[in-house]
Amino acid sequence: MSAVERPLIYANLRKPGYTVDIDCYQKHGGYEALKKAVAMKPEEVCKEVETSGLRGRGGAGFPTGMKWKFLDRKSGKPIYLVVNADESEPGTYKDRQIIYQDPHQMLEGIAITAWAIQAKQAFIYIRGEFIHGAKILENAIAEAKAKGYLGQNILGSGYSCEVVVHRGGGCYVCGEETGLIESLEGKRGYPRIKPPYFPAVLGLYNCPTIVNNAETMAQVKHVLAFGGAEFAKIGIPGDSGTHIWCVSGLVKRPGLYEIEAGKATFGQLLYDFCGGPLDGRTFKAIIPGGSSTKILKIGERFKGKLPNGQEFDWAVEDIPLDSNSIAACGTGLGTGGTIVLDDSVEMIQALSNLNAFYAHETCGQCTPCREGSLWLSRVSKRITTGGGQESDVPLLLDIANQVAGRTICAHGEAVAWPVQSAVPKFKDEYVESIRKRVKGEDLPKLKLI
Amino acid sequence: MHETSPSAPARALTPETLAKAPAIVGLYPQKRSATMPLLHLVQEDRGYITQEDMTWVAELVGVTPMQVLEVVTFYPMYRQSPIGRRHVRVCRTLSCALRGSYALMSELEKSLNCARGETSPDGNFTLGFVECVADCGCGPVVHVDGSMHENVKPEDAAAFTQKLKATLTDPTYGQKTPVPGTPEWNG
Repeated sequence: MSAVERPLIYANLRKPGYTVDIDCYQKHGGYEALKKAVAMKPEEVCKEVETSGLRGRGGAGFPTGMKWKFLDRKSGKPIYLVVNADESEPGTYKDRQIIYQDPHQMLEGIAITAWAIQAKQAFIYIRGEFIHGAKILENAIAEAKAKGYLGQNILGSGYSCEVVVHRGGGCYVCGEETGLIESLEGKRGYPRIKPPYFPAVLGLYNCPTIVNNAETMAQVKHVLAFGGAEFAKIGIPGDSGTHIWCVSGLVKRPGLYEIEAGKATFGQLLYDFCGGPLDGRTFKAIIPGGSSTKILKIGERFKGKLPNGQEFDWAVEDIPLDSNSIAACGTGLGTGGTIVLDDSVEMIQALSNLNAFYAHETCGQCTPCREGSLWLSRVSKRITTGGGQESDVPLLLDIANQVAGRTICAHGEAVAWPVQSAVPKFKDEYVESIRKRVKGEDLPKLKLI
Repeated sequence: MHETSPSAPARALTPETLAKAPAIVGLYPQKRSATMPLLHLVQEDRGYITQEDMTWVAELVGVTPMQVLEVVTFYPMYRQSPIGRRHVRVCRTLSCALRGSYALMSELEKSLNCARGETSPDGNFTLGFVECVADCGCGPVVHVDGSMHENVKPEDAAAFTQKLKATLTDPTYGQKTPVPGTPEWNG
């Protein structure tokens, strides 16, 4: 059976003539879900989101309703909502489309969420480079305030919530929620240690704070529109709603494909949606969910048991596109940013490219990450420039093993996972790359570092 | 500070910039949160941030100038010295690299007469790599002064350079509102 897209988040923005102004959004049913929400009690809205089974779309896939439950409501301090629109995981470009083409969808989700958690102030932390995107959002906020959907006395309920757009400074680690909070406080984006700094208890200005991804906000709007129980029927048990697959790299039709969770496979994504490999090429590997997720080699097989007890024996192409199935194969759905590599790619160069990224983006707080990311970058780069030796291959793994699990934030894992997953799968090719350079043989045309 | 100061004295910030600042500070429950937006404001006015600017921001948000410097040196977007009239940044990260961004960079170095990381001798272009700018399906992408150019193939470098050069004599450059549906809108 061929798989089809099920656009939920992208349903409107793909329609010809759809614009970012509030009238257009309202013509397409906009802000009806908010009206529904403010007619309910905040805790009932939280319950709907919990029932929906919605998982956050920022990469970790944490259940949104459960996150909201952790909120410290007894402290008497103000509660803040912070929307993470600092889209910067390599391979991910889904939130950009929402911000630039359907900002009200996200704002409606923000208004609903703010009501549910009783936040009087929300911030949208947007990538510094999204200069025009920030303006689009500011215009949309002004429109929504004028119509009573945001700002003072929302829809006559007596409840008020202001939304401020805050631009970042081009720093990957500020996508990490506690780094983002530090940055929003006007400091360097150094992530905070947990415990005690769980945002739901000690977040922005040491007040209870919910940090949710931009797409998660858009999903919340649909949870309210459908109702939690109906929304939970989209997708599969344990992973509800749709996932936006951001495919990039070496396929015929890279692009964004919104698919019901678990209702297609990587094979269908790569061949049916993306048109297969470029002419004369074959697929070699995919990085499934943003550059930090572990790489999958075409030809590998994955055997095991899913959380529901079902046994599986899959090739990469057979893996269903839901969080549990992908996690069962030792990697993650992450942000859905699938980077596709084919037989024209020299794997050590691909690894070196990512190592350079993580070395550039480490905040420098924790020694294992600061030193480790730079060493990984240098060692992989020296292989590509002809200065490598065979012992560099296990050395890469050794360094990565000393970073993961030893840092304040998950940047340590992001540094280590590409190396830890790629070295065992491609070590023979790395050794061959070293040998080729020693012998002065021809190198691949495609340069990645 | 190890950064070299520009040889010419920096011009003063415009009255518009000075007038906008208090409202920005007022948006936040704590003033210090206005540090980054104020730095963006300064940089969008003059193109870079001076020590005097940092002192000004520090006074507005109630911290020491050193605490503002810490922020300036942490975030890749902030600059302490002037750059060329057009800031051309090619995405370096894997998705764009797979689509040829390294080859594109080499071609642009030739056609813009500018090495990566440097400013062209005529002062028109500053060329550099940037890390992933979240437009991975349209690689290679080039970010020029805040607008995105998608699918710029290495073989298109000369034509792309001509396009950029034409903007140097366009008095309305940077002032037009992008048209929805165009790559400029999505920048």
